[in-house]
This record gives sequence, C-alpha cells and structure tokens, in this order.
Amino acid sequence: MRVKLRDPNIIMKLSRLGSFHQSKLSFLRSFLDEFKDWEYNRDLFNLDSGGYGVAIYSFKKYKRVYSLVCFANKIDDNDRSDRVIATKWDAAFTLHDGVPSNKDIERLKNEVPRQEVGRLSYKELTLSRANKSVRVFNHVAENLSKGIQPDLNLLEKVGYLYRTTAVYGSGKFGLADRFRIKNRAEINGPFRLEMMLVYLVRQFTFDQVNHVAKHKDPKNAVNLDPKICRNLGIGNSTGLGMAPFIVNHPTLLNNWILSREIALKKIREIENVNSKDRELFKKCVKDSLKNITSWNSESEFQIKKINSLLINVKKFLEFLENQLDFKSPYPFNQIYLWLEKETCEETIEYIVSMMMEPFDEIVQPLIKNMSSDEERYFRIPTERTILELKNILRQRYPDILKIDFEDKSNLRNFWFISKNKEEPRYADRFEEEGAELEQPLAIARDIKRLNDQLNSCKDDLTIDKFLINNSDLRHVVRRAFIIEKFPYAEIQDNTISENVVPIDMLRLKLSFFGALKFDPRSDKWLRICMFQGAPLPNELKDYNQHWVYC
Amino acid sequence: MKSLSEIETTSKRASRASGYSWGISEEVGKSIRLLEMFNFKGVKNLNEYLKKKKDKKFENLNLINENNKCLKFYYCPIILGVSFLDQIENLEKIKKINFSKIAFPLLFLPFLSRSSEVIGKKISFKFEKNEFLLNINVNIATNLLNENCPNLATNAEVKILENNDNFMEQDWKSLYQLSEKTFVEETESLKKSAAGAGLTDND
Repeated sequence: MRVKLRDPNIIMKLSRLGSFHQSKLSFLRSFLDEFKDWEYNRDLFNLDSGGYGVAIYSFKKYKRVYSLVCFANKIDDNDRSDRVIATKWDAAFTLHDGVPSNKDIERLKNEVPRQEVGRLSYKELTLSRANKSVRVFNHVAENLSKGIQPDLNLLEKVGYLYRTTAVYGSGKFGLADRFRIKNRAEINGPFRLEMMLVYLVRQFTFDQVNHVAKHKDPKNAVNLDPKICRNLGIGNSTGLGMAPFIVNHPTLLNNWILSREIALKKIREIENVNSKDRELFKKCVKDSLKNITSWNSESEFQIKKINSLLINVKKFLEFLENQLDFKSPYPFNQIYLWLEKETCEETIEYIVSMMMEPFDEIVQPLIKNMSSDEERYFRIPTERTILELKNILRQRYPDILKIDFEDKSNLRNFWFISKNKEEPRYADRFEEEGAELEQPLAIARDIKRLNDQLNSCKDDLTIDKFLINNSDLRHVVRRAFIIEKFPYAEIQDNTISENVVPIDMLRLKLSFFGALKFDPRSDKWLRICMFQGAPLPNELKDYNQHWVYC
Repeated sequence: MKSLSEIETTSKRASRASGYSWGISEEVGKSIRLLEMFNFKGVKNLNEYLKKKKDKKFENLNLINENNKCLKFYYCPIILGVSFLDQIENLEKIKKINFSKIAFPLLFLPFLSRSSEVIGKKISFKFEKNEFLLNINVNIATNLLNENCPNLATNAEVKILENNDNFMEQDWKSLYQLSEKTFVEETESLKKSAAGAGLTDND
C-alpha cells in the first residue's frame, strides 16, 4: 500500500505546527545518540565555597575535543532577569573547539560573561548564559547540606535548577562560522553543538549544587540522587528571536518537516508490525500519560490544549486496547486515520511522534537529511518565465492567495529588529512606529503582491526582465523558486495577521530541538524544559533510547 | 575577528538602510561575504560606496548590452552586478561586454564570480591596468593583490572565456607518457575475459 505524504497546505498551518512534539528526530535525542560513545570528562572544577568560579567539561573522541567552559558568577537578586535585555547572569558558557589553553580561559573569562557585548573567536562554537531557579536551587542545596534529598513535589513543578535565556551559534558575536565545521561527521545534524552545550550545562548545575551543599556542611552533606538528577533538565525562556529563523531558513525548515513526514508515511506503510514493536509503542503511549499530567502551565491557552490532549490520549488508549486489531494489515495507517477522525491536532502530532519510537531503521537515515546547504538554492533562475512562476504560486500558496490584504486585520502586525538588543520583535503597525523598517517576514502579503503583479505581465516574459521593474519583489521571487523544490519550506499562514499566535512558531522550532512541557507566558514567549529524563553523561554508553516516555 | 555570518547580515542591513530592496540587499550580503572570504576589501568598499551614494547620483544599468556607456554619472556597481547575474544566460552569447564608468568596481566582482559559476566558464574583468580572473566562483585571481582597488573604473571590459586547456598539447603528451608508467601490459588471455568480450557490438 502506498500512503501519500501529508498535504503541506494542512501541515504547514501555524496551528498544526504549534502542536508539534519532540520525537526521535529531535536534535537533543540525535545528539545523545551520536555522542554516546564519546569520552566524557570533567576537566576542571575550580569553584569557591559559594559555587562561583570556572569549570570545564569535555567530550572527546580520537583527536577531536569539544570543551564546555563555564563561568559561575555572583549576581545581585535584583540583576537576575530572563529577559534578553539583561546584562548579568548566574552563569555563562561557551563551547570551545579543542582543549582551551590558560590564555584561552583568561580571554574567555573577560568575554563570555558579557555575552552579546563580548567578542568570541573562531575557536568558540556556541555561547549561552543561564539563571538559577533560585527557589529550587537554594532548596536543593539546603536539603543536601543537611544530608537529605530535596522535596520531589517542588522539583516536579519546576523541572530544573537553571534555565538558559539564549543559546547562540553560527558566527554570532565572532563565533565560528558554520562553514568551518560543517564537514565534521559528528555534527551532521542541525543544532548539535547547541544541544551539547545545554546538555553539559545541565551536568554543571548538578555538580555546582552538590559543591555548594558540601561547603555548607562538609560533614553531613550528601550528593543529589542520580535518579533525581535524571528527572531534572535545563529550563529555557524563549522569546520571539526564534520565530524569524524558521522563515529565514526555508530549505532547512523543509528538511525538518519532510523528515517527519517521510517517517510517518513509511510507518503507515508497514503491513505487519511485530509484537515487540507493537508493545513498545503501546508502552510509550501509556507511560507518556505522566508527561501530560506533570505538564504544568498557567496559560489558559496551554491548559486547554493539555486537558484536551489528556482526554484524547486516554480515548486513544481505549481504542488501542479494545478496538484496534494490531495484527490486521497496516495498523499504523488505521491508527493515523482514527486520530484524524476522532482527535485534535495536538493529539495527532503527539501520537505521530510516538509512532517513530520502535522504528530506528526508518528514523536514523532521515536524521542525516535534516541539515541544508542553503547557498545552493540562493540564485534566482532568471531564465524561467512568468507563466512558470504563476503556476508555482498557484500550486504552493493556494490559501495564501485567497487572503484579502485590503482588510486591515490581515496586515495588523509587522516584524522589526529592536535597536536596543538587535532582536526580532513584533508590533501593531497601526499603533506603533517603525513599520517602514519592517523586516521581510510578511511572506504571505508579499507573495500575494507578487501574484497580483504577475497577473499584469505577459506569460512568456522571462524573470530577468520582470525583476528590472520589480526589484521590491525580488526576495519573494527567490523564495517562490525555492518553495517549488521544497514543499514543506513555507508556513502556509499569514504571519502578520491580528490572529497570529507567534508562540506557535517558537513551539515548532522547539519541538525539533526536543523540548518538553511548553509553558506559554504570553503569546510572545514561553518556558520549556530540555533533557528532562535524559541519561546523565556517565550513563551514555548504555541508556534507554525511549527515556522521554519512561 | 568578525565572522562571515556577521559580515553578511550587516552588509545586507546596511544596503537595505541605503535604499535597496530586501531582495537586492540579500544579494549584497552574499557578495560582501564572498569578497571578504577571498580576502578582498568588501566591507571597506561597500561602506565607502554607501556613504557616497547618500549625496552623489549613480546610474542604474538594468539591461546590459555589448557596449554600455554611462553618460552623466557612474554606474552603480550593485545594480550593474545584479543585472549581470540575472542576464548571464544572454550575456554568455555576447562574450565581450564593455562598460564605461563603473563606481567601486570591486563591488561588481562577486556578481561576476557567481555568474562564472552559473555558466561554468571563467570570466575576465579588466579596467585600466587592473585585471581579475573569476574562476567558477572558486577563487578570484588578480594583479591587484594586497593593493587597494581603485574607486572608479573608466573603461572596463568583461570577457566570457571559453573552456579551453590552459596548457600546450606537447606538455600534456609528455605528462601523459609519464603517467603511462603506472600501467601494466595486459596478456592476450586477460584481454579475452575483459568486459564486453565475446559479444558483437551489434547484438
């Protein structure tokens, strides 16, 4: 049986993309898989009694070494802020390419804690900073110092000791350009070094809290139980900075979504599923219930989604147990069709993610296709004709061409770069100033304008001639020719409409990172948790690949 | 040191701020990145050109012909470059194209370099005593290495070079003969069992 790939015009709608969940394709899981047989070390741990100082952690294989250099600083409680405008953090980190010399450490000590206003070099690969969850960190340190483990209820509510507020890579602030390292086999997957940084930061938070407890009471202190450590991740506050990324990297976005879609298609095409795979899938669904019940959020928008997810997953479990004959042909296709008919977008994508768990042979080869050589598609094929471009727009943007941009509500917002922090922001064009400096992220509106303009041209006119008088549409002409080759490269929604929920864009990207427990704090930023439940570095040699659900 | 990614982003934004469309600004970002990667002074030239552009007029050449004369002002190297890149499939047929008066000719180079890659042919660019060879966007050779490129090109010539050998036949033959010393003479029995043996070419 042949199953068609899902329609991009459905899958690439923001409400669907904003319902995506982590899966085996997610970058933090593929990072763990890639680095599981690397040698992990804590090379330096030079903290004072308050837990401030320098620490270095590394992954090493043959001659290649990646070192996380951590700087823990004392900051005033009043200076602690997760906002991107903050200038001080509890800790700052960089991933250094190789073993840092003393001279490197001295240089980094001056630059890394300053983050955006510091300068890094081509020897550094990623940069980040993090703040303590003061309430949780102090509680854990206090209890450990008395020889007792912390209150699990409190830990479960928060899920981490620290949360990062930004993770930078790819040439930002002088960091190494991607081209310098792109041929390394171990990082043949997006954001792998960013994932490494966050993973090693997580270990630093455990070592630091143990160290602080030990110094509080050297006689009675105990270490944090590794089981508790495993259930803690790293929090992250994410704002709008992430949203333009997925618009600005269309081929990359396509490769992420296409990999997911191919995996789903192939799984639906499996005629007979063996009992081991069946049971594993069922177990993941059952075990995942605790991920839903422990998913806390104060956002009404999210609470609604979580409640509906819980109800639907329970309904699905009943279907699995009592209605589905897993031994009948193409059971995953039956499951998918049932989900489409009986549940919501959030549940469909939740179960789709879980369908991948038993099928390494399908998922693993796809991970290698999730990067993109974007330069290859930059040139506009100017020898092609207006008719060809019109056909591309009709095929690839069917709903977008129907949007009425005369209606103010459809162009309510604009994206801009803030002068204060050079970060992307979003504002009402009829209320705020600055719309004339709008970023080229209103793709739907500009595609519609392109279509209108094409309709006034002769079909056999070539694109080079069209561009002479339509330079203002050049960015969307380029885009349309990219989208022709990459069907999942475009969000099929209007990203400037008054109804848009920007966090849907963030959630899409974060789900591919492997984030859990999305907790929107407004429609413009959210908190998440990464690596919660993941094996610790010294357990990587032999760990349960399905740890997310266990 | 600035990363190429920073150079590309800043050049793109500066071009947009100077009045170019986003699509053209994207082209400029890529071009300055390329120049800096090949060790040419892209950032310096772009900065100077954008400053000049504020109070001086430059001409946009949108449709390129065999001979292009800028009568009043100098050609804008960015619009000229974008037009060249967009029209390269047609320009390839002309082979030799002349331009009078190009401002900041260094900024025109990356567009020629990318055009060279599109058609798979080397392109030569000369003005006054300055020469550049654009090699399929893999590198740019010049007699101006380590010297500042002039801000104006009065008489410029672009030639699209045919894909010919860069050496004498005699040199090739001599080198090939030497390479033959790595071959082994085949016996008759081995020849009979080689691929295709035993078949007729008409079967």
